[in-house]
Amino acid sequence: MFKKINLVVAACAALVAMQAGAQVTDNVVKIGVLTDMAGVTADITGKGSLVAAQMAVQEFGNTVLGKPIQVISGDHQHKNDLGASIARQWYDTDKVDVIVDVPNSAIALAVQGIAKQAKKLVLYSGAGTTALTNEQCSPYGFHWTYDTYAMAHGTASAVVKAGGKSWFLLASDYAFGAQLAKDTSEVVVAEGGKVLGTVKHPLNLADFSSLLLQAQSSGANVIGVANAGNDTINAIKQAGEFGITQKGQNLAAMILMINDVHSLGLAAAQGTYLTTASYWDMNAKTRAWSKAFMEKTGAMPSMLQAGVYGSVLHYLKAVKAAGTDDADKVAAAMRAMPINDAFTENALIRADGRVLRDMYLAKVKTPATSKYAWDYFEIVRKIPAADSVIPLSASKCPLVAKK
Amino acid sequence: MDSFLGISYPALFGQLMIGLINGSFYALLSLGLAVIFGMLHVVNFAHGAQYMLGAFFAWFLLNMLGISYWQALLIAPLAVAIFGVLIEKFLLSRLRGKDPIYGLLLTFGLAMTLEGTFQYFYGSSGRTYAVPEGLTGGLHLGFMYLPIYRAWVIVASLLVCAATWYLIEKTKVGMYLRAATEKSLQTQSFGINVPLLITLTYAVGAGLAAFAGVLAAPIYQVGALMGQNMIIVVFAIVVIGGMGSILGAVATAYLLGLVEAITKIYYPQGSSIAVFVVMAVVLMIRPAGLFGKE
Amino acid sequence: MADSSSIKSQWHMTAALAFVCVATLIAAPFFLYPILLAKLLCFALFACAFNLLIGYVGLLSFGHAAFFGIAAYTTAHALKEWGFAAELGLLIGVFVSAVIGFLIGLLAIRRQGIYFSMITLALAQLVYFFCLQAPFTHGEDGIQNVPRGLWFGLIDLNNLSALYYVVATLCVFGYLVIWRVVNSPFGNILKAIRENEPRAISLGYRVQRYKLAAFVISASLAGLAGGLKALVFQLATLNDVSWSLSGEVVLMTLLGGIGTLFGPVVGASLIISLESMLAGSEFPLQIILGLIFIFCVLSFSRGIVGEATRILSRKNSLPNSLR
Repeated sequence: MFKKINLVVAACAALVAMQAGAQVTDNVVKIGVLTDMAGVTADITGKGSLVAAQMAVQEFGNTVLGKPIQVISGDHQHKNDLGASIARQWYDTDKVDVIVDVPNSAIALAVQGIAKQAKKLVLYSGAGTTALTNEQCSPYGFHWTYDTYAMAHGTASAVVKAGGKSWFLLASDYAFGAQLAKDTSEVVVAEGGKVLGTVKHPLNLADFSSLLLQAQSSGANVIGVANAGNDTINAIKQAGEFGITQKGQNLAAMILMINDVHSLGLAAAQGTYLTTASYWDMNAKTRAWSKAFMEKTGAMPSMLQAGVYGSVLHYLKAVKAAGTDDADKVAAAMRAMPINDAFTENALIRADGRVLRDMYLAKVKTPATSKYAWDYFEIVRKIPAADSVIPLSASKCPLVAKK
Repeated sequence: MDSFLGISYPALFGQLMIGLINGSFYALLSLGLAVIFGMLHVVNFAHGAQYMLGAFFAWFLLNMLGISYWQALLIAPLAVAIFGVLIEKFLLSRLRGKDPIYGLLLTFGLAMTLEGTFQYFYGSSGRTYAVPEGLTGGLHLGFMYLPIYRAWVIVASLLVCAATWYLIEKTKVGMYLRAATEKSLQTQSFGINVPLLITLTYAVGAGLAAFAGVLAAPIYQVGALMGQNMIIVVFAIVVIGGMGSILGAVATAYLLGLVEAITKIYYPQGSSIAVFVVMAVVLMIRPAGLFGKE
Repeated sequence: MADSSSIKSQWHMTAALAFVCVATLIAAPFFLYPILLAKLLCFALFACAFNLLIGYVGLLSFGHAAFFGIAAYTTAHALKEWGFAAELGLLIGVFVSAVIGFLIGLLAIRRQGIYFSMITLALAQLVYFFCLQAPFTHGEDGIQNVPRGLWFGLIDLNNLSALYYVVATLCVFGYLVIWRVVNSPFGNILKAIRENEPRAISLGYRVQRYKLAAFVISASLAGLAGGLKALVFQLATLNDVSWSLSGEVVLMTLLGGIGTLFGPVVGASLIISLESMLAGSEFPLQIILGLIFIFCVLSFSRGIVGEATRILSRKNSLPNSLR
């Protein structure tokens, strides 16, 4: 009798498992938004990325080459095997043509390999590792919005030029943080500055006070915060608490999104330098798009979400131009056309898959100068594309022809 | 010699002071946990979530109802304590005869549910809570700039720990509590309402966690996951201190704050596992914990 | 007379069940996505290995992911950097997890109850930290693009069906090992220790050795699951040694039934399928899992398989002795 139950239970288990393998037909252009819906990056990607993709489809006209366009989403929860299995399943059985977003560099690297095997496209907006266009570059993977190099170079070089010659770095003890810190140090030194010290902290550290104290006593002009998400928020908040900015030291955040500033509040974040690929309030086009986005999501778009929109739009334009959704032809069309959307003007895709776009150096406004909701950034200047990407001569990408 | 192992004395004192501040948080949380485990033999995995609830409640009170920090310090722990009463009465009490593992697993599931709920509604970046009016600014101590609020944290924590210890060890109520949890049958036969006392004990533990949460709100972001990282460390502290001993837990908490401070000077990456190294070492030498009685 | 015929019918049932299981396993990849199936099997094995400790020895390990993950890393590294064949890579992974299991077990076994759990947690966190810092793991990027190669030089593991069958065979093997351990004199001694340790000691058994042996077996099988997972997904990352994975395996086992042989398989299958199903929706998985946890503990403390067994054995008024 015990055994009989095992039988029934086994059958049930199989039935339940069966739900996970749905099948779909192929007369449709399918876009898969692989993102983090409820975890640490949910605010800067997540549902907003899905909405951004949907808005791109809508702007394009909802059909391409007579076929309907479908947008689906998948939550990888920052679990690598879940992300990898969703990507595999999407490409292999669910007939997804392109995957977009993918916040989380480890998952992005995994998807890079999977996409190469499946010969299908992936457009990264959420991930930031330079490996995607360097050692691990692929003809099917395009790095759309930002990478650690761009963030470090943008902010660090501008701040050093503005007079911040001595730096102290707080980096998260993660490959990502280490890369950010390394890129920042290189720029500071190259521009004639000095790095007085670097301190690494474990991820999700709640209390930065002792590290900030070390930064304070080093006497550096600038404290570079080379981490992301909650770590950045906590570090900036506590820096304010310990009177660091009042005493004349500046904060430079390597990765700071508008949503982070929203939850920090201007009082705590004011004066922080950051680099961004886009900002909602730059011109009439960005404002119009962002207001529509805000109506659907309740928040202004982060640069990552704006990037998802841009990548999907460009992809659809390329499908139309190529006359097919075959990955190789679409990739060629994507490279041939300049990228234009509400946030981007004449950007291009490089041989290694990196999108060459202008970045912007911004500073967080003081509460007094902020006039309306979400009026957080003051755009200081534009950083031309050539200055924010690894030069091809230094690239380790096998796709780049060596002279 | 004006430096010690590569760090100047003023800097060292600054770091140790910060260690004491962190120790205060750990002490409040360990206190609640030790009370619940010591008296009820329940491993309250929901403690981190209750800490988070306290912080969110304070935020809610301030931003929705305009109730200030000082009142929140009383109201939030009370509210979470009532919630604790409900948990104990309707969930935990059903497990009273069973293997303690089930209590652990239940509170673990509870923590998951609570944290998941707050994450769903408030996202992961959390919310900011302002430092209350009277406690802004800082003192120039010479060796460091000490924010007044952080000094307040040390004071509040010491006061509450002392008060709780006094309540449990020296008052009549505390005596009843101890009797109820150590020898429940006999105590009940004296006409004392043992189930009520047990429920109250759990509520007190939860309330202590919430109090720590309110204290934490102005310093750390009020986020759904703020308790998750704390809880493992606090558990380790209670284990190191000896799970039956309340004073042991508090003392170990301050000790650990100092150990972490020293680690952050010389090897900051390792500060999050310092507690585990200490725990592994202590449990091998003194299996019952530093102050435990077994 | 009644006894021998009921024993005979039990054997018939076992054979029938085994046949059905094997048939399902063989037929499954024709209906379901092989990678998902392979994932289910890996986690089922992991949960079974964990269950060996909690269900049959009474020790709740909070750091079981350490064994799963360290084997995943080792196998991945062996396959990618040293160019080992798949079967050798797995063997090395299992060996490493056995060694780590021995070391952790040595320290943890001295204590009981919650102390045991906390030590396993602490030591697992140290393993996590090691994996974070060690250069060969590449931090949070993990070891990517692990080549699958050939199985015994013959079967190309890049063929998903072939991969699935190899994984299935090994997982069944692991399950049989557990079954054999439980239903053996060694297993009986473990049960005796769980039920009344002082008595077992007084009977002359070196209790610590038995517990340690069980711990190492559990760690090795968890390592096998981890190595297989690295093979299936071609990557090994920090998730595999994380505390949240340790928590997940507790949930899987609890849901399926602590102390039942088949329970963890059911629990793992359900949780993985749930994760997969909800991935495409906006449903808060965390909240659902938490509620399932609470529900399981309160009412289903025997787990699905255990509860089902109890109901049916009551109906047929047969003694519920098959544990």
